[in-house]
Amino acid sequence: MSPDLSTTIGTLRLERPTMLASGILGISLEVFSRIYQSGAGAVVTKSLSKEPWEGYPNPTIVGIKGGYLNAVGLSNPGAPYFAKMISQNKTVPIVVSLVGSIEEDFEFMVRQFEGVHVVAYELNLSCPHVEKVGLEVGDDPSLVTKIVRKVKSMTKVPVISKVGLGTTNYLDTVKAAIDGGTDAITAINTIRAMGIDVETQRPLLSHKIGGLSGPAIKPVAVRCVYEISSKYNIPVIGCGGVSTWEDAVEFILAGASAVQIGSAVGDRWIDVFSEVNDGIANYMKRKGFSKIQEMVGLARNF
Amino acid sequence: MQEISNRSSIRVIEKIIDETPTVRTLVFSDDSLSNVLPGQFAMVWIPGVNELPMSVMVAEEKGKAAFTVRKRGVSSTALYDLQVGSQIGVRGPYGNAFTIKDGKILLVGGGTGLVPLMRLAKFAKPENEVIVLMGSKTKDEVFFEDLANKILAKNKHQVIACTEDGSYGQKGFVTDVMEKLIGETKFDGVYTCGPEIMMHKVVQMANAKNTFVEASLERMMKCGIGMCGSCCMDDVLVCHDGTVFDGRFLSKSQEFGHTHRSKAGILENY
Ligand SMILES: Cc1cc2nc3c(=O)[nH]c(=O)nc-3n(C[C@H](O)[C@H](O)[C@H](O)COP(=O)(O)OP(=O)(O)OC[C@H]3O[C@@H](n4cnc5c(N)ncnc54)[C@H](O)[C@@H]3O)c2cc1C
Ligand SMILES: Cc1cc2nc3c(=O)[nH]c(=O)nc-3n(C[C@H](O)[C@H](O)[C@H](O)COP(=O)(O)O)c2cc1C
Ligand code: FES
Repeated sequence: MSPDLSTTIGTLRLERPTMLASGILGISLEVFSRIYQSGAGAVVTKSLSKEPWEGYPNPTIVGIKGGYLNAVGLSNPGAPYFAKMISQNKTVPIVVSLVGSIEEDFEFMVRQFEGVHVVAYELNLSCPHVEKVGLEVGDDPSLVTKIVRKVKSMTKVPVISKVGLGTTNYLDTVKAAIDGGTDAITAINTIRAMGIDVETQRPLLSHKIGGLSGPAIKPVAVRCVYEISSKYNIPVIGCGGVSTWEDAVEFILAGASAVQIGSAVGDRWIDVFSEVNDGIANYMKRKGFSKIQEMVGLARNF
Repeated sequence: MQEISNRSSIRVIEKIIDETPTVRTLVFSDDSLSNVLPGQFAMVWIPGVNELPMSVMVAEEKGKAAFTVRKRGVSSTALYDLQVGSQIGVRGPYGNAFTIKDGKILLVGGGTGLVPLMRLAKFAKPENEVIVLMGSKTKDEVFFEDLANKILAKNKHQVIACTEDGSYGQKGFVTDVMEKLIGETKFDGVYTCGPEIMMHKVVQMANAKNTFVEASLERMMKCGIGMCGSCCMDDVLVCHDGTVFDGRFLSKSQEFGHTHRSKAGILENY
């Protein structure tokens, strides 16, 4: 019998432990559906704002050793348009990612999704390259508590807080999100970083500073998942540099109940989800695990 | 040195060919881009300005590659305005390629959409018969006519310029001329690239005759590698699954010929 790949993140149940990370692919329901069918347990939308954002000029995504630098500038069609676009959804487990500066932004956006089938919200408290949102919110713990509390009060579906590395200790941001009632934590977002082209002597990204993702950040992300799940009793979703089943298992052993995959889609395309799922299943068989939960956080025993 | 995938390599413009008052071809040395399949594109970085998708043009000398750009908005104008000696960044090649068929071939191009079709013409076997329809608004904007004749010198071929105002070649849209041709002749393959409304008509006409047809699509592209999602159409990513799609797929598309997406990802009508 093949092992059960389903997993739970608090009250959120997924058939499979791999999720599409926010900001990668899909602004259309058809693409989400395709990614779900190719093996992702859930898909996270681009971070949506109150109004449409065009994002920064190109180059917005560049390959570097060990991953990617990006400063897309949270380009997105806005929450109202997006909610309408996915209003026909019945089957795809969509996690809506939201970004804003104040409680009212989130209140406005969550209202747009009333009656739309979504399985959770993920609050982006960690985008490192757009001012007044993302990391700047994450760096203000009392604001984090207020925003999480507001969203929690408006919806029955789980609320996930996505944290990253800013100027405030991210563990304080986690604590603030827990105080607001968050159901889970996603760790981590990209890390502020930069690259320079030596021939033209210019920054690689038009925004100059962007976020680092991919294999280069995996050890940092594994550390964060380990620290959060050691310190707090809260479900964690691991994110950062997952491209193989070994990476996913490493996150699970560190304390993650599921993983998100972003940059690896650029290198391995959407086949990466089923490849990672199959690898996890084989590992479980070999090691005698029958459920994901049996593996979560095992590395903390040492 | 180890190549890092999806990072630009810097190239120096070596030659500029003025094709029309608004279209230029920029030639540079690049072994990899000089050998790409017909229809593939590259992401072109104009330092300090933007990065745009550009089809890879044929260059006459070995080891050279080229882009043919029409000046339109800020970014394409900046690329157009570069000088010999200017630096650009290129990454790629990306995307799939046209499926090469044998027999009677029809190429239907509008404006810079002729770029991938010129490369495709280079892949035609000498025994294939090739007809090229080139669409432009007016005589001044006709380009690649000599080049097409040269590329197809060994083939039985015809290069037909079509101008909307009738100032040169045949008067009318390429689709008007195509309608007549396809009524008289059975083609084994039709290939098109240009404005989407034009391609939509081409695909419809070919589909109606059960003729094999492929179109190379243009969508808003930010990454070119299937990560950002900005180029999605139905359930495909044009940069990764395309840019070339066949008539059967396109006839089922809800978006082809009808809508495209803004930089924010909002569907807008053509
Ligand atoms: C696969 C592909 C191949 C192409 N090949 C050619 C070619 O061979 N020759 C040619 O002249 N043109 C080509 N184009 C079109 C080209 O990429 C630009 O869209 C066009 O030159 C207009 O650019 P602009 O800066 O003048 O933009 P405008 O039309 O003025 O638009 C304003 C802004 O929109 C953005 N923008 C517009 N179109 C795109 C796009 N498709 N992708 C990303 N950003 C965009 C730019 O940031 C630009 O600054 C191709 C496009 C695609 C998708
Ligand atoms: C192109 C790109 C766009 C992204 N956009 C978002 C976004 O809109 N919201 C968000 O929370 N994270 C965004 N991220 C961060 C990813 O969701 C993820 O946290 C990060 O890339 C680390 O995972 P990875 O190494 O698997 O890519 C983006 C990342 C990339 C590469
Ligand atoms: S251009 Fe980014 S996915 Fe196609």
